[in-house]
Amino acid sequence: MPILEVEHIRKTFEHTEVLKDLSFSLEHGQVLSIIGSSGSGKTTLLRCLNFLERPDQGIIRVNGETLFDASVPQKNQEADIRRKRLHFGLVFQSFNLFPQYTARQNVMLARELLAREQPGYKERKKEIQEEIEEQAVSLLRQMGLQDRMDNYPHQLSGGQCQRVAIARALALQPDILCFDEPTSALDPELTGEVLKVIRELASCNMTMIIVTHEMSFARDVSSQVIFMDDGYILEQGDPLQVFEHPREERTKQFLAGYQKEKRGNGE
Amino acid sequence: MKLIMEQMPIVIQALNVGFLQTLKLFFVTLVGAIPLGLIIAFGSMSRWRPLSYLCRLIVWVVRGTPLMIQLLIIYYFPGLVLNNPIWGGGEAGRFLAASLSFILNYACYFSEIYRGGIQGVPVGQEEAGLVLGMKRSQIFFRVTLLQMIKRIVPPMSNEIITLVKDTSLARIIALQEIIWAGQAFMKGSHGISGAIWPLFFTAIYYLVWNGILTVLLGRLEKKLNFFR
Repeated sequence: MPILEVEHIRKTFEHTEVLKDLSFSLEHGQVLSIIGSSGSGKTTLLRCLNFLERPDQGIIRVNGETLFDASVPQKNQEADIRRKRLHFGLVFQSFNLFPQYTARQNVMLARELLAREQPGYKERKKEIQEEIEEQAVSLLRQMGLQDRMDNYPHQLSGGQCQRVAIARALALQPDILCFDEPTSALDPELTGEVLKVIRELASCNMTMIIVTHEMSFARDVSSQVIFMDDGYILEQGDPLQVFEHPREERTKQFLAGYQKEKRGNGE
Repeated sequence: MKLIMEQMPIVIQALNVGFLQTLKLFFVTLVGAIPLGLIIAFGSMSRWRPLSYLCRLIVWVVRGTPLMIQLLIIYYFPGLVLNNPIWGGGEAGRFLAASLSFILNYACYFSEIYRGGIQGVPVGQEEAGLVLGMKRSQIFFRVTLLQMIKRIVPPMSNEIITLVKDTSLARIIALQEIIWAGQAFMKGSHGISGAIWPLFFTAIYYLVWNGILTVLLGRLEKKLNFFR
């Protein structure tokens, strides 16, 4: 059974249709890269999966459970949406770390707040607290940030911030981790350290959806690639097929643009 | 000069009593207006139009008219027009009326500062909280609030210092604050009459108190510099 099934998603903002009948599915442990030019709807798709936007039509299923069905009237209860969106994690382009908390506190905060709602929290408070802290420390170690745990975001480089943000998303153990152009706000020098972490997650069988402009990274790391254009999925397949033998003229054109840029950079 | 030195202890004692009333009005206004301002700020940002229009109307009227007139209306209107002098005639009643006017007036100014502070926190902060499964109330108290406070400390410091001086307007309904106490020596009080220097002397009180507040608020601003 696929871990994620998206069927016929449509989304319109003020008379502009941004997502036009999108369907795809993802197996457990797969990495899906979404490529395409700016304004093609990639980010909106991720935001729909994370319940930051509500699709006008379509169905979203995770592990066979229907999380969203536009044809069913929404109860729209905050608690319900909160529970559902925990299936997904989202790493933002601009990190969105909480500036008043240290790296460690950023990773711990959401789990601490969730733990408080569990029955029996008061009796086991200390134990739970220690467990959450232990997890945060081990995640930050995994991100190579063992020396940075007590730093505030403004004391960290962009690449370090993004790695804290990844640890923060992982702390809630989402089924599917989404990345919205995770390296677009970074200097080329810092891009590598974030991509390395994502590669490591892929090798640990983390199911991921990555919106990216890093074509060679997408080709290496993905098991599936979607090329989006003007709100449609224009091309979909394994990376070899999409990158080496694109069927659509538009895809060729888009990829050629990157080739040119690459040569221009002297790579 | 010798006369002034003789009068000094008597005057200072009377001014201290007046300044105590000034401080009382100052603190009561802050305690009332800081939370009320937040309620008005949320009201005017509400998606429910009638509430947001009502809050903006109140802010417009209160900010658009002199505080002195508001004091006079709140104090005299119930008694003179409605024949229902709810404040009574005493100092306690005057203080209550003055507090109400000041709290309402300052809450409206604060609400606009809060609104700017809340809207100045990037949307990404709320979205990050939502994606992490946090409740909207948790996002406000754990994420947005401190960032908002950091943003509003400088404009709030300005308002707070203005408030110290604005308390003197309560003189218009004969609240016995420090200006009233200083002025009393002109007509005659504590056996001294025809003396205008005590009124001038009150300025020192405001100056010193505002100096202390400036230092304290500056420290708060520095303390919040641990993040950006």
